[in-house]
Amino acid sequence: MAPVLEVSNLSTVFHTRRGLVRAVQNVSFSVNAGETLAIVGESGCGKTITALSLLRLVPMPPGEIVSGSVKVDGVDLLTLDDAAMRRARGKQIAMIFQEPMTALNPLLTIGRQIAEMAVLHDGLSRKAARDRAVEMLNHVKIPEPERRAREYPHQMSGGMRQRAMIAMALACKPKVLVADEPTTALDVTIQAQILDLIGDLRREFGTAVVLITHDLGVVAETANRVVVMYAGRKVEEAPVGEVFANPKHPYMTGLMSSIPRVASARGLTGVDAAARLTEIPGIVPPLYDLPPGCAFSPRCIRVEDQCRVAVPPFEVKGHDHSAACWRV
Amino acid sequence: MKTKLWTDVAYLARRYPLGVAGAVIMTVFVLAAIFAGTVAPLDPFTTNPKASLAKPSATHLMGADMMGRDVFSRMIHGARISLAVSIGATFIGSGFGAALGLASGYIGGWFDLLIQRAAEVMQSLPLLVMALVITASLGPSLPNTIIAIAIPLIPSVARVVRSNVLSLREMPFVEAAKATGMSEWRIAVVHVLPNTLAPLIVLATAQLGSTILTEASLSFLGLGVPEPWPSWGRMLSESAAEYVRTAPWLVIFPGLAISLVVFGTNLLGDALRDALDPRQRD
Repeated sequence: MAPVLEVSNLSTVFHTRRGLVRAVQNVSFSVNAGETLAIVGESGCGKTITALSLLRLVPMPPGEIVSGSVKVDGVDLLTLDDAAMRRARGKQIAMIFQEPMTALNPLLTIGRQIAEMAVLHDGLSRKAARDRAVEMLNHVKIPEPERRAREYPHQMSGGMRQRAMIAMALACKPKVLVADEPTTALDVTIQAQILDLIGDLRREFGTAVVLITHDLGVVAETANRVVVMYAGRKVEEAPVGEVFANPKHPYMTGLMSSIPRVASARGLTGVDAAARLTEIPGIVPPLYDLPPGCAFSPRCIRVEDQCRVAVPPFEVKGHDHSAACWRV
Repeated sequence: MKTKLWTDVAYLARRYPLGVAGAVIMTVFVLAAIFAGTVAPLDPFTTNPKASLAKPSATHLMGADMMGRDVFSRMIHGARISLAVSIGATFIGSGFGAALGLASGYIGGWFDLLIQRAAEVMQSLPLLVMALVITASLGPSLPNTIIAIAIPLIPSVARVVRSNVLSLREMPFVEAAKATGMSEWRIAVVHVLPNTLAPLIVLATAQLGSTILTEASLSFLGLGVPEPWPSWGRMLSESAAEYVRTAPWLVIFPGLAISLVVFGTNLLGDALRDALDPRQRD
């Protein structure tokens, strides 16, 4: 099966006063229909810029997508003109955001905002679009969808609004859904519901999902495949079970040992169950001032001389498991 | 449909009693202006030397002016001019100002720079001086007066709208709208503009009062709506200095009418602003 979304060698930079910031460097991945790919990493490692680059929503200037391709069903979005790109947004590739509180217009009803999508992309009449909106609210399991469609965002809880956002994103049955930390702003109990909902809709509509998150618990529960990013580069990629059972990159190992839930949930062997939580020392280096060699080297416990000099290539380290590290 | 409209109106009336008061005041004035010919008991232009500076009485409800013209009738006819000028100028000024502010804030870049510098140049001149220059070059007439007063309003409205747009365009819902494939101008009109309405209404109602007074000043200098058409502003400014002691009714009644209109529009504007915001309902 050919993947629905194929990203190859995507590089996005920002021209700033401090110099060229390479926010995303040579990132490649692909997602099949009905599958979820999770992109994980700390704040500032380029996850969100990757997501925005997929929809060409990076503010330009100062941003610029300098190379690569983003193919949805074989069509490279980066080569489309602006009008064609607008038609692709929402219809081919849709996005949901982190803040359900502010990502909806406070002055328009939920139904109107969802209907707007159907009018825009499927050329429906106002009446038919309204019906579509109610149908979508029903799909995202909002009770009493007819009444809710007439409500304003402030009348809904955070979880409800995120459901409404999902309804809006999926209103035109896009092939790819990019979810940028969709549950970060929600209560833990609501998080699970929203993730289940995204999972159900993905199977129902056959949508390919790109899930951006820093929460490894979320990854373990929902993803098929994992891409780990550090300082704008992909440092590890593997199926979800493999990554958790057998992490290759010291960064991923560090991330895992700093989170208790995953270790116990996945019955991890590599980490001593009784071990205390450990943190990764230091912070993600500023992207305008990356160290030579491996960007993770200043924080890495397994660092050696070669790491500080040369950038490690991203190469196969095991069956369907690749990483960029000199030490594995 | 009709019943729903009425329940909505009844609900809003209970919720905003002050707004209703404002609406009633404005309705009375507007009706008086529209039906001035039938409502006014006497002809507003007929002079009568015997009634010069007559006190308020049964014949002259609000007295008579120096030339013996009935003040009450002139007030009613003056409502036409004063309301046409104030409402017309406010609408035109706010409309153009909002459009420019929206474009300036949303497009940004050199366009924004150009509009804002132009606005600064205009704002460095006092409102009255601007209106004076414009009306002097256009010539005195009702439409020219409206235009002359509307143009100086544009920069302040444009600046208020622009500053709102600048913060609104960074809102996540604008980015979310882009992610849905909406075109930029549609986002500006559907998502950004409605969110600037609240400050715009407040500003417009505040300006409405000052437009009446600007018209008065223009008329006083002979550049407003020409004689013998009465306007409240001119009735007030003509008599303020001379007759405030000897015939105070010449000053009090036009002053009262101006105050009431300003008061009414402010009440109405506040209620309107709240009623248009879904977050204030429930």
